Amino acid sequence: MTRKAPPAPAAEPTPAAPDPALLRRLLRARDRMDAASHEEWPVNRLARVSGVSEAHFARSFKEAFGTPPHRYLLTRRLERALALLRETDTPIIDIAFATGWGSLGTFGRTFRDITGESPGEFRARTVREMQAGAHDLRAVPACIAAAVHRPHLAIAVSEKRRREATGNLPAPNEQEVP
Amino acid sequence: MSQGVGVVGLYVRDQEEALKFYVDKVGFKVHTDVKNGDYRWLTVQHPEQPSFQLGLFTPSAPMLDAATVRAVQEIVAKGAMPPLVLNVKDCRAACESMRGKGVEITQEPTERYGNVDAGFRDPSGNGWKMIQPAQG
Repeated sequence: MTRKAPPAPAAEPTPAAPDPALLRRLLRARDRMDAASHEEWPVNRLARVSGVSEAHFARSFKEAFGTPPHRYLLTRRLERALALLRETDTPIIDIAFATGWGSLGTFGRTFRDITGESPGEFRARTVREMQAGAHDLRAVPACIAAAVHRPHLAIAVSEKRRREATGNLPAPNEQEVP
Repeated sequence: MSQGVGVVGLYVRDQEEALKFYVDKVGFKVHTDVKNGDYRWLTVQHPEQPSFQLGLFTPSAPMLDAATVRAVQEIVAKGAMPPLVLNVKDCRAACESMRGKGVEITQEPTERYGNVDAGFRDPSGNGWKMIQPAQG
């Protein structure tokens, strides 16, 4: 009697290939940061959301989303701060605390390092531009409109500061300093 | 017949799981569910939108090769598919109802420009905005 050939074994993922089920759980951690970016998100908290070990979380997150979790959180905080500066007249110090910074000084310094402007300068400029009719994303869902303005942090803020301080361009093979 | 978009498909990781999610938790109805071997054509529909079907499809052979299947699964699981928008009359109530059914709410209802919007995600990773448009 003939037997049906056994089903072909499922393709083994290569060791480096991210498992979609793991990616989905990492996305859950990213979603939680999105939903509450003003909160503290130490690695152990994020790892718990994703159901992975602390040792693996940061690396897995960076592999999945191209940026380390703490830097991702920074971009989300900045995004919220930018939106509040643009769209409300909330005092800057209140925005700093509401978006998760521990002090006005840290907020202002990080803001300037990333955007090149102080929060006050940014607010004055965008108010002028909005009065002139630019930036009209009112027809776009709010969170997507905000994401459009999310700062793109390809390098660590500390690295950006260092480069600006020394005036050095990065060497081609320079390792990123997290 | 009316002309226009009839079906838009989502990629999901598991059609049975997606069916339960969109029918039991989001409130859609099954429109078409037919199988041919391993292939399953599955569409659901909003009860108030008879001319539109949402397809719940798995990336699979023979349309896609194994490496592409894997790539698509990863993209969906990372939440990188484009945004979906569900219009609702009462965003806060819809959100509470979904939360009660165990839906992952990714953004609490937020009011802006008179709209109220919230976010949720399906089990596969597809992200939805739920929007209560401003009156008038």
